[in-house]
Amino acid sequence: MGTGGELAAVVGVGMTKFSATRGDVSMPGLVREAAQRALDDAGMQWDDIDAVVMGKAPDFFEGVMMPEIFLSEALGCVGKPMLRVHTAGSVGGSTALVAASLVHSGVHKRVLTVAWEKQSESNAMWALSLKQPFQVSINAGAGGYFSPIIRQYMEATQAPELIGCMVAFKDRQHALLNPYAHLHQPDLTFDQVVESPMLWEPIRYSETCPSSDGAAAMVIVNEEEADKAKNPAWIHAGAMRSEANNFPGRDEVNPLASRECAEDLWNQAGITNPREEIDVVEMYVPFSWYEPMWLESLGFCERGDGWKLVESGATHIEGGDLPVNCSGGVLSSNPIGASGMIRFAEAALQVRGMAGDHQVEGARKAMGHAYGGGAQYFAMWVVGKDKPNA
Amino acid sequence: MRKVAVVAAASRQEEKMLDTEVELMIPLISEVKARTGLDQTDIGFTCSGSSDFLAGQAFSFVMTLDAVGPVPPIAESHVEMDGAWAFYESWVKFQMGVIDTALVYSYGKPSPGSLQDVLSTQLDPYYIAPLWPDAHAVAGLQARTLLEQGIITVDQLADCAVRAGTVESREEYFSQPMLSDPLRKADCPTYADGGVAMILAAEGKAEELCEKPAWITGIDHRIDAHHFGVRDLTAVPSARLAAEKAGVHDGPIDIAELHAAYTTHDLLLRKEMGLPETPNDNQRSYPIKADTLMASGLLRIAEAARGIWDGQANRALAHATAGPLLQQNLVCVLSGESN
Repeated sequence: MGTGGELAAVVGVGMTKFSATRGDVSMPGLVREAAQRALDDAGMQWDDIDAVVMGKAPDFFEGVMMPEIFLSEALGCVGKPMLRVHTAGSVGGSTALVAASLVHSGVHKRVLTVAWEKQSESNAMWALSLKQPFQVSINAGAGGYFSPIIRQYMEATQAPELIGCMVAFKDRQHALLNPYAHLHQPDLTFDQVVESPMLWEPIRYSETCPSSDGAAAMVIVNEEEADKAKNPAWIHAGAMRSEANNFPGRDEVNPLASRECAEDLWNQAGITNPREEIDVVEMYVPFSWYEPMWLESLGFCERGDGWKLVESGATHIEGGDLPVNCSGGVLSSNPIGASGMIRFAEAALQVRGMAGDHQVEGARKAMGHAYGGGAQYFAMWVVGKDKPNA
Repeated sequence: MRKVAVVAAASRQEEKMLDTEVELMIPLISEVKARTGLDQTDIGFTCSGSSDFLAGQAFSFVMTLDAVGPVPPIAESHVEMDGAWAFYESWVKFQMGVIDTALVYSYGKPSPGSLQDVLSTQLDPYYIAPLWPDAHAVAGLQARTLLEQGIITVDQLADCAVRAGTVESREEYFSQPMLSDPLRKADCPTYADGGVAMILAAEGKAEELCEKPAWITGIDHRIDAHHFGVRDLTAVPSARLAAEKAGVHDGPIDIAELHAAYTTHDLLLRKEMGLPETPNDNQRSYPIKADTLMASGLLRIAEAARGIWDGQANRALAHATAGPLLQQNLVCVLSGESN
């Protein structure tokens, strides 16, 4: 399933400052902050928007059932169509793809999409730990779930033990270039990352993502509208895949859904060598080791070679030929429901040349990536400075 | 617009089910696949609707995906909305020209909790929810406004209850005590557990899969303001607009499957959509007698399609709603003819 239909492009991007507690704004205030910035960037007014697509992770994170219902006014939806997407951790990416589909289909011309989380309003650990009859409770959070999978990767590839720390240190350095990032740790040293407490072997405290409040928004428009904009990010490809959490022979390190989603994506975008043709990647890496794991799964290198890319510095914004998570990534800001959309929006900013201090010079094609569930839900897109097939 | 039709539907509702969501959905999804002869790998897109607040578990839809059997992986999405909006998202994918078939499903199991109270958590968490007004209380507020302004009468409520079958007669209606003054039990919904599964197909494919496809001739959805102090509780502009955009008034409507959980909602919706208060043909089923949050809207679409398959209707309206007091509305028109 490809993008099909009409061309679509991102002409407005807005994000909030991410932090542990955005106590200065309510939920409506938070989403509106990001949405208003996206509209300003697009040079549009609320009335210019035809439809709104909102995404966020579980409603239990704020304790409000279907919060889009009460955010109708805050997002200027009154009298308009509004959709609410929820596809686990990949939701921010999926939400952007649903918004894009409204334009690709020719149903709407100008769509606002917003994804957010305000974790400080509730308790995410409580939200994730509600006991269910006849089900095994993980009880150890997402890190407990993913650590055995990471160990399996390390065992299979014989990757050096400190690769994960290298990723974490790199992303925290990148975060210093992004004023919106939650974690700004200018004095952090590599040794401090290595010496941080071990939470879920082999994941150290400094190799995990923070809990953040925040929102991201984009304005996606059709070709006619995008032609009027000075620097649209054209959507070259978009793909989603899901697979079951448990089945015999499932490859949890490199899930089939991830590989098939990437293959579909590259085919749509006409990309045969992602490493050569993609200039910058915003990848969903909530635990450091997922960077080398996804580099392999997405086809940026051969299986078993992902850690070598990290070790060589290829994914660092300074001197790397495939910079990954120049914004600081999920490891530096994690408003869960928005984290996928931030990846997609950062990819758009890069090809628009608007990423500020974390801009990759001359970026023409960028990838946005998100995953969720037990690494079973995937959403990806490729955006470019040029029109597709131009 | 590309022509898309409902080609198969299966549903189940009971007041209280012991089955899990997966156990509920497997037979329904299997039934629509068997009826069309489609395998999961033949289906271009899968989309579902449900609520974590009903399941009492974060990411609850991830478990239910097992009912689909997503091995090998599938192109799939989920809305935290009634399945009618999953239906809409799928219709959009058809318009992109990238799929020829889609599986849509939704489900809700309110029986383990008190849905009346759970629905309070859907209200503005700063200004309204802390007061814990339950769903019937909020509906009573609206009913009182409608009666006081003379927009509806209690006799109309009684007649609507008789038509929906929550009472046998006006006498029985008036013999009931108030439940949420001025609403009686016969005005208010009985909640049910349930689920719906459906297959959609594009022109060219639909005729192969179904003898008489129920073609979507129009679909639209809109949302109103949330805050009770801002809204005019006696009007539903979003339903009126969605009906117009879906082309409801382009021809006669043989059956209207309304997602009206209260008698007041039935009367209001008919007024806003220009439908007769006493229709020639009754709905095939009434949400007021069995309302399954997250699935009732998609079930309306299934019932409208069944009306077309059975020859009861040539042109059928299906309506779905979400949020307090009909805040968000979707209207879909199905036709037995592709033109």
